[in-house]
Amino acid sequence: MLDVLLGLVRRDLLLALRNKSDVGTALLFFVIVTSLFPLGIGAEPGLLRAIAPGVIWVAALLSSMLSLGRLFAADHADGTLEQMVLGAAPLGAVAAAKTLAHWLVSGLPLVLIAPLIALQYDLPLSLYGVLVLSLLLGTPTLSLIGAIGAALTLGLRGGGVLLSLLVLPLYVPVLIMGAGGVEMAAAGMSGQGHLLLLAAMLVGAAAFAPWAIAAALRISLE
Amino acid sequence: MTARSANWFWYASPQTFYPLAGAAAPWFGIAAALLAAAGLYVGFFVAPTDAQQGEAYRIIFIHVPAAWMSMFIYLVMALWAALGLAFNTRLSGMMATALAPTGALFTFLALWTGSLWGKPTWGTYWVWDARLTSELILLFLYLGFMALQAAIDDPRRADRAGALLAIVGVVNIPIIYFSVKWWNTLHQGASVSLKSAPSMAASMFTGMILMALAFWMYSIAVALVRVRCIIRERG
Repeated sequence: MLDVLLGLVRRDLLLALRNKSDVGTALLFFVIVTSLFPLGIGAEPGLLRAIAPGVIWVAALLSSMLSLGRLFAADHADGTLEQMVLGAAPLGAVAAAKTLAHWLVSGLPLVLIAPLIALQYDLPLSLYGVLVLSLLLGTPTLSLIGAIGAALTLGLRGGGVLLSLLVLPLYVPVLIMGAGGVEMAAAGMSGQGHLLLLAAMLVGAAAFAPWAIAAALRISLE
Repeated sequence: MTARSANWFWYASPQTFYPLAGAAAPWFGIAAALLAAAGLYVGFFVAPTDAQQGEAYRIIFIHVPAAWMSMFIYLVMALWAALGLAFNTRLSGMMATALAPTGALFTFLALWTGSLWGKPTWGTYWVWDARLTSELILLFLYLGFMALQAAIDDPRRADRAGALLAIVGVVNIPIIYFSVKWWNTLHQGASVSLKSAPSMAASMFTGMILMALAFWMYSIAVALVRVRCIIRERG
């Protein structure tokens, strides 16, 4: 079974690599949104340093949500998804594999480019580690929760806006813990508690979300 | 035993439930009106004026019951949703759909009366207090549930998709509440505290309980009427 799932991850990654513009747009969105804030608020370094964790996290939230529409849409359109539902591999595991591939394509690049954004916001170098770690722990949870919404809104009219309405309220705890951890570290305290809670959320989401995704896919495809 | 379980499921069919709901709804409506009249009487004429807040506190008789109902209805909705998924009964999904607008209404009422109450007592319509913020997110959850169901044309899929969303939401509500609470203490933005409420006069408490019961009866009556409309719609 593991072979099937690894094959699925490899296939999704290959598809993403062959269609590079898809990967690029979410990342570009992240960069553009974060560059808009100084233009709107003003480039006073103290202010930027104060809002940096929140802005980077909100932008990551929006960016990972925007790319959710792609998660199942193509496979749904050409019928592959139905074959996956009918196939021998358990659907929960398939959902987990697809979500993992989605995170590797849309979440991991955000984590990697975040230090560059932090540089623009004049964040002290000592906070880069906490920022990257919080995003590394938080963005997979976003992908897992978001995949439930993506599966529920599969093939619906106005799916994108609807998806944001379903998913964003559920993202709130991740946002609070992610941005909060960095802010704690910026205030000279330990952000460890926040990071541990982010990790706990990731473990919880990884355990339960695949079953919810699978149930949602069955509902959408029946 | 079999007869007993048959009784349980007898009204699970929309066909048998439709007349029952029609017969019961007016009684719940009348009960709601009577309880609300009694509750408002106690609230406006019997309950003493608050020493610190003056007359402004009387909005509590709407605010607190509405806030209770907003949370309780989400739980009931998720319960119906779970029942619908487990037993595959059509009526359960309809009940969840019928409860959602009432829940959203009470959430909105709680926020609205809360901000009206906040202005004279705290000096501001809105603070990013943990309870206010999580109530706002609860409103978003209700609206998401309703938007999802509205976007799906097939009623069976709408029921099941909404059910799954309600269950995911109910699992998340405590997590959201505690994270918002923690966020609130970290930021210390709100200087006011809801916890320092003085112990309450018995008549105030009576008024609040009466209003809460009135809101219960109203919710049941409205849900029954709405579920009848849904049954009719789906033929």
